[in-house]
Amino acid sequence: MTAITTANLTPTRWWRSRAVNRFTRHHLALAGIAMITLLVLACVVAPYALPYDSLNIDLRARFAPPLSGHHYLGTDPLGRDLAARLLMAGRVSLLVGFSAMLLSTLIGTLVGVTAGYRGGWIGAALMRMVDGFLSYPSIFLVLALAATLRPSPVMITVIIAVTSWMETARIVEAEVRSLREREFVQAARMVGLRGRNIMFSEILPNAMGPIIVAASLAVARAILLEAYISFLGYGIQPPLPSWGNMLNGAQQYLASAPWLAIIPGAAITIAVTSFNFIGDGLRDALDVRDDHI
Amino acid sequence: MPRFLLNRLSQSIVLLVIVSIIGFTVLNLMPGGPLAQFGLDPGMTQKDIARLSEQLGLNRPLWIQYFDWAWRLVQGDWGHSYRDGSSVLTVISRHLLATLLLMGTSTALAIAIGSWIGIRGATHRYSLFDYCATVGAMVALSVPTFWFGLIGIYIFTLKLGWVPAGNMYAIGDGSVLDYLHHLILPSVVLSLVHVAIWSRYMRTATLDALTQDFVKTARAKGVSERRILLKHVVGNALLPMITLAGVQLPSLLTGALVTETVFTWPGMGRLFLDSLGYSDYPVVMGLLIFSAVLVVLGNLIADIVVAVVDPRIRLS
Repeated sequence: MTAITTANLTPTRWWRSRAVNRFTRHHLALAGIAMITLLVLACVVAPYALPYDSLNIDLRARFAPPLSGHHYLGTDPLGRDLAARLLMAGRVSLLVGFSAMLLSTLIGTLVGVTAGYRGGWIGAALMRMVDGFLSYPSIFLVLALAATLRPSPVMITVIIAVTSWMETARIVEAEVRSLREREFVQAARMVGLRGRNIMFSEILPNAMGPIIVAASLAVARAILLEAYISFLGYGIQPPLPSWGNMLNGAQQYLASAPWLAIIPGAAITIAVTSFNFIGDGLRDALDVRDDHI
Repeated sequence: MPRFLLNRLSQSIVLLVIVSIIGFTVLNLMPGGPLAQFGLDPGMTQKDIARLSEQLGLNRPLWIQYFDWAWRLVQGDWGHSYRDGSSVLTVISRHLLATLLLMGTSTALAIAIGSWIGIRGATHRYSLFDYCATVGAMVALSVPTFWFGLIGIYIFTLKLGWVPAGNMYAIGDGSVLDYLHHLILPSVVLSLVHVAIWSRYMRTATLDALTQDFVKTARAKGVSERRILLKHVVGNALLPMITLAGVQLPSLLTGALVTETVFTWPGMGRLFLDSLGYSDYPVVMGLLIFSAVLVVLGNLIADIVVAVVDPRIRLS
């Protein structure tokens, strides 16, 4: 609604809108944006800038602690440079997290819009399906699927997406149901617009706020879930590194080489915290009802 | 009340049917279907597999197979473990108590600590404590449970030597104290995320209650702030807490699986991973369905308890 009125009456630019203004006053969200930007830049650029390749094995420098010699973050049991591996792993983890978010948001939005707009038995059936999926503890479902299907990065992304679209679907369904009887939708119906057009070009743009907030939180969830299953050995498979599978063997070296566990875990925590901060800022900025914790 | 019960029960049954359909789909997604593990066995020829699938009725239409499978689930025939041949339900029940102990302890911890943080944050709104609690909760929600566990083991076992690094009890010792000693670290690790959730909930609930008329009345009567908090505010927040505890069950089970792996805790989560490692699909499928059934039943019980205590809910 606001989008329409601002477009017609006041020719302000989008970066001067109230939402942007509120978002830029949210310090944690800005910090989150800054951290993610830095992380992404580091992951994209640094493998070219670092002296070591992530697969380069240096047997004389096995278990080198951080800040000793030429390895800034130390080395792993094979003498591979941890900094290089961390950044290569970051590419994989962030990419999987982001793609899984896109896919799960797409599924969730489709289901939510259909259920909310159609209502009736279709809506009820779709929402019961959402409840059914939500009854499974996510990791049990993801592990069972990952262990039986071929665990390529694409498959892991798909598995994470098909087990985490339900939150979005619920949010979108509630939003669409409340928009369904509004005047502009009735007007569109009266003009004779088809159901699909009403759903996707009239109602959906007005439900974007909650979807965007849910999406930013979905990235955080997806990165965590990938880390969990990779840590347990059923996610991204070595030699391709991911933050989760770097921690996979770390427990047995905890006494002698604690940095192997501390550093990748810290990277996961920083990335996930950043996305959660951004989600919180977006929720404030876009004025989305606070019903998620 | 009987009408509410009937309604709520039928909802749960519908949900269980959907849960079983999802589970059946997963079972059939496995490459080669339910007979996948025989494909790897060099002693099994294609003919053997075909005969076996005929014997087990796997060449019938899918929907008949589903009803057959679901009917056996209802009767308690969940199949047999490939590892030792004992029935899946027996295997699960051997590990259920350890998981429930871990989940119960950490929920109690999370509610106690989370409520304290939440109430204090609400009464000292916008203070440094409140700010730290808010940011801390968001960070706590982002920490991978297994990483927190590893850090915990590093500090409290390897550096300080206060608690054991894993298992549920020391061999040769089985006293209550020994169990508690082994329980401390895993339950603290598992409770971290939930402390964050409970503190956010408690803060909102307390802020809500503090603006209500009955709090004003109590203040006007001269009731002390402490008593208002304990009796009126916490009292009003208790009922939704039961519902929230039910809602948290899936994430609690997820956390339990990870925690049990890190701490070699002999619960359901560890059994699940072990069975995956041995390709023991009947147990994997059994645990998958069992975890969802546990969630559905937990939510049903939570709703019934709330309805018993609160007449407003069962009448509406």
